[in-house]
Amino acid sequence: MIISIASGKGGTGKTTVAVSLALSLKNVQLLDCDVEEPNDALFLNPRIRQTQNAVIPVPEIDQEKCTNCGTCAEACAYNALAVIPPKEGRAGTVMVFPQLCHGCGACSYLCPVQAIREVPKRVGVVESGDKGELGFVQGKLDVGEAMGPPVIRQVKALINHEKTVILDASPGTSCPMITAVQKSDFCILVTEPTPFGLHDLVLAVEALRKLQIPFGVIMNRSDLGNDRTERYCEEQGIPILMRIPFDKKIARAYSQGNPVVQIFPEYKEKFQALFQTIKEIVNSK
Amino acid sequence: MKICITAQKDGLDSPVDPRFGRCQYFAVADTETSDVEFLENSNKDGMGGVGIQSSQFILGKGVQAVVTGNVGPNAFQTLQAAGIEVFTGAAGTVAEVLEKFKRGEFKSVNGPSVEAKHGGSENTEI
Repeated sequence: MIISIASGKGGTGKTTVAVSLALSLKNVQLLDCDVEEPNDALFLNPRIRQTQNAVIPVPEIDQEKCTNCGTCAEACAYNALAVIPPKEGRAGTVMVFPQLCHGCGACSYLCPVQAIREVPKRVGVVESGDKGELGFVQGKLDVGEAMGPPVIRQVKALINHEKTVILDASPGTSCPMITAVQKSDFCILVTEPTPFGLHDLVLAVEALRKLQIPFGVIMNRSDLGNDRTERYCEEQGIPILMRIPFDKKIARAYSQGNPVVQIFPEYKEKFQALFQTIKEIVNSK
Repeated sequence: MKICITAQKDGLDSPVDPRFGRCQYFAVADTETSDVEFLENSNKDGMGGVGIQSSQFILGKGVQAVVTGNVGPNAFQTLQAAGIEVFTGAAGTVAEVLEKFKRGEFKSVNGPSVEAKHGGSENTEI
């Protein structure tokens, strides 16, 4: 089973939940798919055993074969190709802008004279290892690169389906979050009972409903803020799977890189119970 | 020869548009006859690579020079590869800029005048 952890608003407690859940269960693999700022490793201190480059295929034009027909530039939805036709004494040329390329492969596929080949361009790195029995994978997008999804996909390619997979997604509801939570069996939305938390939770709920992924909410810092989030969940029939009250000790432990379940071992039972609830929901679908 | 002046509105008294890729209109002017044709820029709200798209568009209009406020790195590379001269720092109306150009008051540039995704300047009249 694959359980993803998302939120909408950032800083609500996804990593707290992901790491705590992973440390409370057996036969687990934890995937950190927040490739722009992965932080699970700060709490886990895993041993990294393998590193591989995350790449996307970028076009390389054989200018001799190219007939300047312009098909590739027309096909490119991202304007990563510019075809300059020949003009009095100046040969035509095709320019490639790799920073705009999404690696979709349309250009090389559609070129009528097969003048385009795909070359791998590094956009980040995927690291895998373990912490004792716990399997761990994280992706890191290179500084300066704009697109997380290719790296996220390469992290997810290392999913071990024999294990219970916990997937820590990025905040927000755009491409990186969607790529991370897609095809998971259940998504835990971590939120906080504040106006911003609620605003972004609504967006995340909309996204998950479109993706048709069953979900539930964990309320972090549940005793602060107002009750509008609680009422929203009730109105929408969204199960609140766990409430974590605000506790300075938890915040202090977190800031020191200590997972909740290490400081408060009683939380292990709560996360184990959470897992059982999720299994029941998923099996009933 | 044919040149392209970026314009904010459709008309000779329109202020020059300080952006190239996302300008509102391309004013294609013939320096000999002073005829000017205003073409709406359908790329201006594109997601990305708009400088490249706009360069390809005016390429097809037989233009030999671009006169505008600023040009970013992608547009500059594309225009340069196509052998189109780039003149930046233009201000005033389309009619005024055309006259200035005919008098040879603009110097062509060797590189982009702004970094990627720069946007309009503080003096932009919209």
